[in-house]
Amino acid sequence: MTLQTILPLSAEALKSLSQQKNEPAWLAESRLNALELASRLELPKPEKTKIDKWNLSDYGTYQQATSVASLQELPEAVRALVKEEEATNLLVQKDSGAVYSTLSDELKAQGVIFTDLETAAREHSDLVQAHLSSVVKNDENQLTALSAALWTGGAFLYVPKNVEVSVPLQAVFLTENADATFAPRVLVVADVNSSVTYVDNYISTGDAARLHNGIVEVIAKPGAKVRFATVHQLGLNTTDMSYRRAVTENDASIEWIIGEMNDGNTVTDTSTVLKGNGSTSDAKVIAVGSGSQRLNYTTRAIHFGKDSTSQMTTRAVMREEANAIINGITKIEHGATRSNGEQAEKVLMLSPKARGDANPILLIDEDDVMAGHAASVGQVNPEQVHYLMSRGISRAQAERLIIYGFLAPVVSDIPLEQLQTRLQELVERKVGQ
Amino acid sequence: MATNFVIEGLKATIDNKEILKGVNLSMKGGEIHAIMGPNGTGKSTLASALMGHPKYEVTEGAVTLDGEDVLEMEVDERARAGLFLAMQYPSEISGVTNSDFLRSAINARREEGQEISLIKFIRQMEGSMKELDMNPEFAHRYLNEGFSGGEKKRNEILQMLMLDPKIVILDEIDSGLDIDALKIVAAGVNKMRSEDRGFLIITHYQRLLNYITPDYVHVMMQGRIVKSGGPELAARLEAEGYDWVKEELGITDETVGQEQEA
Repeated sequence: MTLQTILPLSAEALKSLSQQKNEPAWLAESRLNALELASRLELPKPEKTKIDKWNLSDYGTYQQATSVASLQELPEAVRALVKEEEATNLLVQKDSGAVYSTLSDELKAQGVIFTDLETAAREHSDLVQAHLSSVVKNDENQLTALSAALWTGGAFLYVPKNVEVSVPLQAVFLTENADATFAPRVLVVADVNSSVTYVDNYISTGDAARLHNGIVEVIAKPGAKVRFATVHQLGLNTTDMSYRRAVTENDASIEWIIGEMNDGNTVTDTSTVLKGNGSTSDAKVIAVGSGSQRLNYTTRAIHFGKDSTSQMTTRAVMREEANAIINGITKIEHGATRSNGEQAEKVLMLSPKARGDANPILLIDEDDVMAGHAASVGQVNPEQVHYLMSRGISRAQAERLIIYGFLAPVVSDIPLEQLQTRLQELVERKVGQ
Repeated sequence: MATNFVIEGLKATIDNKEILKGVNLSMKGGEIHAIMGPNGTGKSTLASALMGHPKYEVTEGAVTLDGEDVLEMEVDERARAGLFLAMQYPSEISGVTNSDFLRSAINARREEGQEISLIKFIRQMEGSMKELDMNPEFAHRYLNEGFSGGEKKRNEILQMLMLDPKIVILDEIDSGLDIDALKIVAAGVNKMRSEDRGFLIITHYQRLLNYITPDYVHVMMQGRIVKSGGPELAARLEAEGYDWVKEELGITDETVGQEQEA
């Protein structure tokens, strides 16, 4: 027997909200269908993490956002993340909606679209309709259905055929008011042979309990190159449920750079569907857990295309009583000949009560492939601490060096210097030494 | 004030097994002491116990450096007080570059706000590496990771050069070194000789002592220093081995804390 899910919103309310926002008919209908799906679907069951007691119903209500005209009017938490001289291609969402959006004239002239998803649905309806929910399906589980029904704000990035964008496009998603729905959805469409780098940050202020249910979809058309960097630094009582998924067509590539720096419970799933021949995926994840966080991070590569290549690297540091389940799944489908999938998950535990569980999984239905995995879970090596201390370095500093050293192979590979620095600062803050 | 390092009646155990059975040794700045002896007689244990390795428990005795109680100090405090141990098996630390490590070690000796400037540090490091004939790329390699045995030893000497210690303990620094590397290491040590600095060289071969002339030579057996002399003692040990010492002292098994071989 399954209980019917208690929905955060009635169909009537959802319909009128959609009307009020002047959304196209297809979107209004899709939201209603998704809401109906949500009433029947169950929550996902992340491997080895029980989420049924988690706060997963705190969607709050939609609160209309008020746009601001200049960077100076943005909340302090956002301004701290945005350098003024780099703020020419920037999108900011506060709570339920976008409050600031700019795109350089040069990129506009090239046909690049970078705006919140609500605006995109109105102004580029066909483009959005063709791709939204095409990668992460509404009917996968209750969370994907509710995201499809309730998303607000969000980001839409479209890069036309053959356009190479050299500067990173940045988005910041801020939750301030715990009573406001915070469910942005990000859709990136990189057309044939284009290339782009997108960087976003999820931040929160205040301690009140709330939920972030977010979905990222990336479509890399043939030959496109997408670099997608995201840093989640949501607060103690914010539960973060995030799906990120890319589809790569022939010879396309996706590079994920992910900083899992939340202070609250988190389930994230970062996947690439390597649909096209010769396509590639590279996922780098660094994570720090503290307090009594319960964390579940999955990276996944599903190979359909021949000669497709995937790399996944996760390095996680767990301190205090944090508990992390880290899954790496490489799936090679029959027919994906000469594919190559490599993955490595490593966990460093800083206290006896911290836990880390690395689960590398290879699922291979094709003979002519290469695949490899490595996983390790361990504590700071006392011999190493002794060696550093024998040179006059204090115990705290020695441990700090070892922790940074553990994360360094991933951090130093991050191609954006500013992001590298920010991640280092966040690690420093979370490691608390 | 001249450096003065005194070990008195030092006893230490590992896993409740006594390895050091009362070591006495006194050294001053400017002196080079060599501790020789066959394998398994407690030489390396002495080095590790002096540096404060957590595996060894000191059960009796005293160690002072310029009158200060070394055994009361944490490992990092011993290092900052002037003790340096070139280890037989240095740790490998992934993700920490040699230069970041050395800079941290130098800055640990300085007050906050008085950190060494990057330029000055790089100049010093490059200079010292050149003296040791080290490839400059080793500055940017992760600490000891993937280094050969000889490269690790040279890296230990590099640290010695840069950290300017008062008492240097070299634990089997000559093992795994070819003759050219041995000469370079010896030149590094000889260059560091000064009135304020004492050296304690642990080895079971005479070969290193061909390049570094010790002032005193001690023989260790059964967890104690059983015989002391000048450089001529090392020469005789090289020529005749240890059996005559054992005979002279009536020792049949010179080792300590070892499982008896069947």
